[in-house]
Amino acid sequence: MQEKCWKDKMLFRYLILLILLPIKSFALIEVDITRGNLSPLPLAVSPLSIDEKSREGFKKILKKENIGSEISMVVENNLKQSGLFNPLNKDSFLQKPDIANLKPRFEDWNLIKAQALITGKVTLIDNKLRVEFRLWDILAGKEMMALAFTTVPSNWRRVGHIITDKVYERLTGEKGYFDTRIIYVAEEGPKTKRIKKLAIMDQDGFNNKFLTLGNELVLTPRFSPTNQMVTYLSYFRNLPRVYLLDIETGMQEVVGDFAGMTFAPRFSPDGKKIIMSFAKDGNSDIYTMDLENRVVERITNHPSIDTSPSYSPDGKYICFNSDRSGYQQIYTMNNNGKNVKRISFGKGLYGTPVWSPRGDLIAFTRLHKGKFYIGVMRTDGTGERLLTENFYQEAPSWSPNGRVLIFYRETKSNSEGEGFSAKLWSIDLTGYNERLVETKTDASDPSWSSLLSN
Amino acid sequence: MTRNIVISSGFHIVIIIITAMSLPFLSKKPINLPPIISVELIQISDLTNIPFAPKAKKIIEKVKEKEKKVVSEQAPPKIVKKQKPDVVPLPDEKIDKVKKIKDKKQNPKKVDNEIKQVSEFEKDELFDTNNIAALIDKSKIQEAKTTNKLDKVTQDQKKDVNFSGLSLSEEDALKAQIFGCWSIPLGLPYNKNLLVRIKLELKPDGTIIKSEILDHARMNKPGQGFYKVLAESALRAIQLCQPLRVPSSGYEKWKFLQLNFDAREMLEG
Repeated sequence: MQEKCWKDKMLFRYLILLILLPIKSFALIEVDITRGNLSPLPLAVSPLSIDEKSREGFKKILKKENIGSEISMVVENNLKQSGLFNPLNKDSFLQKPDIANLKPRFEDWNLIKAQALITGKVTLIDNKLRVEFRLWDILAGKEMMALAFTTVPSNWRRVGHIITDKVYERLTGEKGYFDTRIIYVAEEGPKTKRIKKLAIMDQDGFNNKFLTLGNELVLTPRFSPTNQMVTYLSYFRNLPRVYLLDIETGMQEVVGDFAGMTFAPRFSPDGKKIIMSFAKDGNSDIYTMDLENRVVERITNHPSIDTSPSYSPDGKYICFNSDRSGYQQIYTMNNNGKNVKRISFGKGLYGTPVWSPRGDLIAFTRLHKGKFYIGVMRTDGTGERLLTENFYQEAPSWSPNGRVLIFYRETKSNSEGEGFSAKLWSIDLTGYNERLVETKTDASDPSWSSLLSN
Repeated sequence: MTRNIVISSGFHIVIIIITAMSLPFLSKKPINLPPIISVELIQISDLTNIPFAPKAKKIIEKVKEKEKKVVSEQAPPKIVKKQKPDVVPLPDEKIDKVKKIKDKKQNPKKVDNEIKQVSEFEKDELFDTNNIAALIDKSKIQEAKTTNKLDKVTQDQKKDVNFSGLSLSEEDALKAQIFGCWSIPLGLPYNKNLLVRIKLELKPDGTIIKSEILDHARMNKPGQGFYKVLAESALRAIQLCQPLRVPSSGYEKWKFLQLNFDAREMLEG
């Protein structure tokens, strides 16, 4: 009986083997794609469609012929400035905006080599501006995103910026930086008698406003990362002091009552503290002040000059510059002033360190052999890269997504003091997308706000 | 019981044999023979490949073998983390570069490691004529060693032989085509695991019948926004590139193809 069972088992095994034998497995060929191109993505920004009634309504309210086209221009300009996108010429578009908004003919857009398409519609509802927009993937032939906004008509430029942020985030994977503002020092007059005012504008240079009258000298304005507060240095009655200004209300106050000069202020990442330098008897150290309870805390205590402090985005570390090694170099430390480490070791002088909002890099100004460089390094000081070189440039400030830096650059004046100018420039981390930021007057000391729509 | 199994297996074998024998013939299409093109083959190696003198040939072979040995015994190159270069060089660096160029010009006599065609007159520099026998013996041993080494197929090579149905040049052509089509989203973090694997089903002309993301579940997971962006960019690249540059033969081998998109190297710089 046992023998029979064993035979059965064997037969069964042979049978299974026989069935499995003809099955031949084909291995899948794998190809690794590790490189691609970094050229700007070609995309089409179709003018937002608008019906006749809404067009007339907006014409009365905003004095704009076609608000749909205007908003799409804002989007197109933003995308172009980023250097990551290549908006195609509108003359090459084959489909009309009102039809494209409903269902784009992907073949037509493919023909002009667009890989993405932005369409939309503008309507006037109860004296409010309603904007719908859609982002299409031309090659896949599908909709990637569709959103609608309702706001007061005068906010139309902001709608354009918000659309750009959404498109940017969807296509690049990181948050945008278009619905933001820049605060800077507007400069006018001859170099020896400059009038400096605090000014604010959208990141694309529009909606420029002056916040101070120019009676006192103002320097180093810095945006709060959480709200619409600004801290800056002002010489009131020839005493330099750190001030706090609420942009919404216009309220202004002195930060702390220090028996000496306070300068180089900056907010903590939660916006609750101000970190700054305080100079007394020829020595300057770093202090913080809590904005709620006004408690002042000394962070560094060294006979050298410690200045330009900047918090890491998690608030645990501070980078600053100091001449404790004999030359001005960049250092990092814990937020309580302990564990001070020098991180810059290159030739020349390093200054104005600013921690990236992403936390991975520190931007700085470097002076070497009479030339100024704006560069970035990792937070441990490795991987230093110089992005741009010029006769005089400094004060980099990060965009809220940590991809772009804004700074100011001065030109040389001739022997008669003519030809001097100070302008704002932006550069991205690749170092190739360097652009002039248009301002009505000369400008210096820019500071980028966080995203307004957050 | 045994009888039944024997009968059943017998029937199964018959059915399998009939299927295996008949079906491929049924599906086989008549072969379209291409028109005959007469080609005249001319041996030109006699004209271009001038033989070395027998002694010089031996020497060159020996040197080549030595070189082979050295290459095989070399330690793998040290992995050095790439660092992005400065967009703007410092003045010192500029001077250094100029100096380097000058150095090159000033010292034209540099040791050249490349193997060069050696004339009979230069043989003295390479080996001692008194030791020919010893050298020949050594070369024999070396030859044996080399063949042994060649017989052993390394893991990497094995992978190429068994799994990659594409030759290196075919794979390179395909890669080069997709490199040109793939716009890498620059905002992606370089330190995260962002590998997008896409399985393609292709037509013989390289157009895509079906494309499928293998980790599709990751596309809509919260917190995987970066993966989605990368996967979509990879799909766009494939769409843009089609028809893909596939080999003209061996369709069955590459009918299904897997592309692994990995942007880390590019994003890290």
